[in-house]
Amino acid sequence: MTTKLSPTGDLIFFAVFAVAVLTMPVWLAPVGAGYPDLLQKFAIFGLFATGFNLLFGLTGYLSFGHAAFLGVGSYTAVWSFKLLGMNPIPAAILAVATSGVFALAIGYVSLRRSGIYFSILTLAFAQMSYNLAYSVLTPITNGETGLRVLQSDPRLFDGASESTGPLISNLFGVEMTGWGGFYFCAVVLLVGFFIAQRIFRSPFGIMLRAVKTNQNRMTYTGLNPRPYTLAVFVISGMYAGLAGALMCITDPLAGAERMQWTASGEVVLMTILGGAGTLLGPIFGAALIKYFENIFSAFNEQTLHEIFSFLPDFLEAPVVSIAGLFVGEGWHLTLGVLFMLIVIFLPGGIMEGVSRIGRLFKRGSSKAEPNRQTAPAE
Amino acid sequence: MSLIRKPLNRRSILRAGAMGGAALATPTIFTSKAWSAGYLNEPTGSEVVLGFNVPQTGAYADEGADELRAYQLAVKHINGEGDGGMLNTFSSKALQGNGVNGKKVTYVTGDTQTKSDAARASAKRMIEKDGAVMITGGSSSGVAIAVQSLCQEAGVIFMAGLTHSNDTTGKDKRANGFRHFFNTEMSGAALAPVLKNAFGTDRTAYHLTADYTWGWSQEGSIKKYTEGMGWKTAAAVRTPLGAGDFSQYITPVLNSGADVLVLNHYGKDMVNSLTQAVQFGLRDKQVNGKDFAIVVPLYSRLMAQGAGENVKGIFGSTNWHWSLQDEGSKAFVKSFGQEYGFPPSQAAHTCYVQALLYADAAQRAGTFEPCALGAALEGFEFDGMGNGPTLYRAEDHQCFKDVLVVKGKENPSSQFDVLEVVEVTPRAQVEYPADLLGGDLGACNNGV
Repeated sequence: MTTKLSPTGDLIFFAVFAVAVLTMPVWLAPVGAGYPDLLQKFAIFGLFATGFNLLFGLTGYLSFGHAAFLGVGSYTAVWSFKLLGMNPIPAAILAVATSGVFALAIGYVSLRRSGIYFSILTLAFAQMSYNLAYSVLTPITNGETGLRVLQSDPRLFDGASESTGPLISNLFGVEMTGWGGFYFCAVVLLVGFFIAQRIFRSPFGIMLRAVKTNQNRMTYTGLNPRPYTLAVFVISGMYAGLAGALMCITDPLAGAERMQWTASGEVVLMTILGGAGTLLGPIFGAALIKYFENIFSAFNEQTLHEIFSFLPDFLEAPVVSIAGLFVGEGWHLTLGVLFMLIVIFLPGGIMEGVSRIGRLFKRGSSKAEPNRQTAPAE
Repeated sequence: MSLIRKPLNRRSILRAGAMGGAALATPTIFTSKAWSAGYLNEPTGSEVVLGFNVPQTGAYADEGADELRAYQLAVKHINGEGDGGMLNTFSSKALQGNGVNGKKVTYVTGDTQTKSDAARASAKRMIEKDGAVMITGGSSSGVAIAVQSLCQEAGVIFMAGLTHSNDTTGKDKRANGFRHFFNTEMSGAALAPVLKNAFGTDRTAYHLTADYTWGWSQEGSIKKYTEGMGWKTAAAVRTPLGAGDFSQYITPVLNSGADVLVLNHYGKDMVNSLTQAVQFGLRDKQVNGKDFAIVVPLYSRLMAQGAGENVKGIFGSTNWHWSLQDEGSKAFVKSFGQEYGFPPSQAAHTCYVQALLYADAAQRAGTFEPCALGAALEGFEFDGMGNGPTLYRAEDHQCFKDVLVVKGKENPSSQFDVLEVVEVTPRAQVEYPADLLGGDLGACNNGV
């Protein structure tokens, strides 16, 4: 979290963030991440984690079933492509609406409990949606094969015009794959981030923090926390639905595995890794995990030999074989080690590391600051 | 407060807008480069990159590992390292063992996780970041179909690895996709006469089916051919992919009145379901006065090895088996064995052959351009790849060749010698008209 709370500071912060996001293709190219598909993933999962963080970071309610909303958003978006046409705008709007309704239903039931019971309830709902998508809802979800857009679909608004072309989502002529898709996702992420920033600063956000700090005390003062938590749960579900829609906009395919509990766990990891309760943290966490998944998993022995070719031969072979355990199919292992290190040494996630480094540079000038920082870093 | 805010507010917005505009302009540098090329990812240096996209985790991880070994071996042979393997027996002599079109072949790998999402992300990385001109692999038809349509949209060639569903070259076929492996239609046609001889025409079958495109396709084909010879179908139950525990699905089989259990499973699923079916004592049962039988329509040596003792006497079909005695198979088994110390599986075989076929077509076409290369593969007749004379049919990009019907061996001589070939069904018997399975190839796509 940035230390400034003034509106001016917020705007500068947002502007810097916007520039950083939009120039990602340039400054991420040296580390091998400057290609559209991965950057799209950064933006999409950044948005997903930002939404999740609104719920978990502000109210402390740990939802373990957010992937369900991602899946609902995905399926809605593909159905919008199938029925209405390949324009991403209606797909995104419908996905947000459907996942919002879905979140309202799940949230209404789950939020009757808090703590671990809430987590288990959301997990149960997500797992239920996953299994439904696999079994009885197969006519809607196409089961394991996944839902795709077919040439034979009606597509009310553009079905006739492009009957033979590739079925790619396009925004008034701009194809939503490659760089076009990335900039679309990036702009949506910025909008989402801006709204999240507003919520963080609003009286509503303060009420949510009050829920986290002491719900009993809040009740004693005559306030009912349920409407606040339900509202933020729905907002958070809408973020997830929008992220799901973006996944389908950049690649018109929806599969049930998006709803699996591992996907729900992933967004929790992203948020904690980056720093729950901070604005930037979840986005960092999402980018880090996606980077590992896509880049580390692709290292094979050939690439390792190239990296370590500067070593003498008798050293190279053992180094490559040890490093081989941590890349390729072993990328989960690397991620696990990293996660442990961060949780043990930086309980506030990457953002705590960033602010510690920041404090090193301006020690003395800001004695009052630690006070303010403890709250969000929790 | 508000007085200070306003000008800064406007200025920062202007600044952000200007910088955002500059950032938006940058990617045109990349796209303009792509537009000037004749086709997507045209190799300009001395190397050409192929993408090997296989499952390294999940229910099909064993097959994926073997596929990757085969690809690496194929790259060696194409680049002129090792003993050349099937290049020596292949009927087309275009490849000289010095790469393809004068370029050395290199590769990138990825993990499909047997999930469509992950497989497409991995294939996209290969196309967008690593500049692969061809993607190959897949050990699940759902994944293969998903990646095939991605390659069609992107404009690179997809050489399908192990995918057995009719849909890959049926209703979901694409002009940029090619498949060497056989399909469930051919399995059904080859398996039915053998099952008729072994079990007669008065049987009732119970299907357990992996719940995705391949399972549905195989269930449909086996039903079609067994019902055609007089069998009845008691029930067909769908099981989730990677279920692990199949006991809840196997218990009802005993009370259903069926006397044959058809397991439409593959990989670790098949190992688990078959092992559990045998542990439940199904094979010792007598139903309707006949011995209870189990059929596994798609067999592979890796699975048979995993299921161990339980496969003895169980019928199935396979694309290729390492014990075949033709020159091509012998050469491949020899060089694979020398490299890795054990014989290759059918998954390894089909992937190895696909890599060679791609390289050969590129050499004959003189370019890696997807459309020209596809034209070189269409209607291509070849031999010496272990399956006898084979045709790449132009209408659906499906290979037609002999199909093997195999049985779990009663007295295996080694841990790899678990299957025996019961019958080699000739190509003519498994051929079907191209329009039988529907679908539309569409136009080929060069990606520019």
